[in-house]
Amino acid sequence: MNLENLIQISDYEWEIPTYIRSDMRVPVRLFATRELLEQIAGDKSLDQAINAATLPGLVGRVIIMPDMHQGYGFPIGGVAATEFPQGVISPGAIGYDINCGVRLLASNIEFKSARKEMDALATLLNKYCPSGVGKEGAITVSIKELDHVLHDGSRWAMKNGFATEADISRTEEGGCLDGANPDKVSDRAKARGREQIGSLGAGNHFIEVDVVDEIFDENAANVMGLRKGYLTVQIHCGSRGLGHQVCTDYVQQFQSVVKKYGIELPDRELVCAPMDSQEGQSYLGAMRAAANFAFANRQLLAYSARRAFAETFKSKDAYLHQVYDICHNMGKIETHEVDGRQIKVCVHRKGATRAFGPGTPGLPPEYQTIGQPVIIPGSMGTASWVLVGTEDSMARSFGSSCHGAGRVMSRSKAKHEVRGEALRKELEESGIQVRAGSLSGLAEEAPSAYKDVDMVVETVSKAGIARKVARLKPVAVIKG
Amino acid sequence: MKGKGFEEIPHTADWAMRVWANDLPSLFEEAAHGMNTLAGVKLIEGARIKKHFEAKAPDSESLLVAFLSELIYFQEQENLGFSKFDIQILDASNNECRTSADMEGAPIQSVDKAVKAVTFHNLKISKTARGLEVEIVLDV
Repeated sequence: MNLENLIQISDYEWEIPTYIRSDMRVPVRLFATRELLEQIAGDKSLDQAINAATLPGLVGRVIIMPDMHQGYGFPIGGVAATEFPQGVISPGAIGYDINCGVRLLASNIEFKSARKEMDALATLLNKYCPSGVGKEGAITVSIKELDHVLHDGSRWAMKNGFATEADISRTEEGGCLDGANPDKVSDRAKARGREQIGSLGAGNHFIEVDVVDEIFDENAANVMGLRKGYLTVQIHCGSRGLGHQVCTDYVQQFQSVVKKYGIELPDRELVCAPMDSQEGQSYLGAMRAAANFAFANRQLLAYSARRAFAETFKSKDAYLHQVYDICHNMGKIETHEVDGRQIKVCVHRKGATRAFGPGTPGLPPEYQTIGQPVIIPGSMGTASWVLVGTEDSMARSFGSSCHGAGRVMSRSKAKHEVRGEALRKELEESGIQVRAGSLSGLAEEAPSAYKDVDMVVETVSKAGIARKVARLKPVAVIKG
Repeated sequence: MKGKGFEEIPHTADWAMRVWANDLPSLFEEAAHGMNTLAGVKLIEGARIKKHFEAKAPDSESLLVAFLSELIYFQEQENLGFSKFDIQILDASNNECRTSADMEGAPIQSVDKAVKAVTFHNLKISKTARGLEVEIVLDV
């Protein structure tokens, strides 16, 4: 799509009006600089954003974040709200890795006193947090027990000694989506999930030890327990094979469902069902169950990370307290103001983070005044960011912000341009411990394959839909 | 130009491939080979295992997704990969396609990168100068 067709609202905001294509139901609002827009002009991101704007029941605008890139069906970095209950829910607009997200933990260990232990810490994290292609998880649960995981999410983890009340309180939705229905998850999905709980997987998922490099908002950082120079841990993963199978099952089923409801779409990956239909309710129940699996999965990985810290540092300061756990692939029923009225909507976020502003119901009491922590992992070797949601994010982006740096280079090109071994050496020479299951996988995730995360964060910050709190610098990376 | 084959095509975040063949069974077979090649699947030599797969779907694209998804499932759950296929497509014109496939393979020795899912993104099997052609986007 030609960028000249976009209407510039400000230096950080652009709009694709509905007259661009006759099947658009709502406009598309992009948060990006011209430079970031030019980076994605070469792929199909903008066409996919326009396709997303054709879903039945949309309200307001389709929102696109500055880390956007081409996906399949729905662009990565997209947010779309459909009116509840008559609007649709689209599995492809949530993605295969249901409730992929990031958890941030923080310690009282100062990096300068722990530099020598980083090698041992990385080795233990790699040992206790299973990663890699199809790897089995820390534990295996029976199918009956798995149903409890799907129903209760992080609360199942707490009942079994893997979580604390504080963890639950500082997890989006308390780590458990109401309305999960394990009966709507196929046997095949359950078979894929029961052996993988507590595992990281492969692809862009990782565990990263970071040091708090700079604080931008002292008050918010204090509330979160973030101190300059101290160690933190990020855990990035989702619902593993269970979530992938749930999405696969429902995208296949909905191919005929759209015909039943007379829904015409420009891309078969966007298939959907009205939320008040039997099919829509089945997917909602299954999707929430997969989301709960992901919450429990990150909780088990957090438990394993705590074990690695405790064994490495043998000090009470090594305890990793939870800052927050956020989701960036999810469909959630929320209330937002649209055209002056408060309405219930299903907010589809695919590669976008919920970013609720101060005072929003559902946030833990200590975050009510500062807003919800928003965790933005960078590309391997570059900074990550901690932000908070704002009043503006509630008003202009359905309480959402960006989710990462966003890819700019294909995996095949990255593998051709970057040698995994050379990259590992380069990262280690810059002081980052690396544990990687696959060197080619490491090359695919090279920092040069991603946009500049600082530019992405600067954009959401200047646009007003998030506020900077702290920047993190990596010191150890564990990848599948 | 006829024959069969596959090639990787650019995709920013995931994998995409173009597959072509003279007929639907060969197209399915090439798609399976293409997916295995992109994922870097290496099988243990010697040991051979046979599996049978049957499915029905409203159209041949849906059937292709079901077939490739089955391969992902075998790879992840049973550590099996397949290199030989005898595929039959039945009733492809009747709003209901069915496939019956005998697959021969072996336990997997190594995989570079797993495919999470096969998408329907812009999935359309078309008649071209190369016979039948399709572009498939794989979530990785």
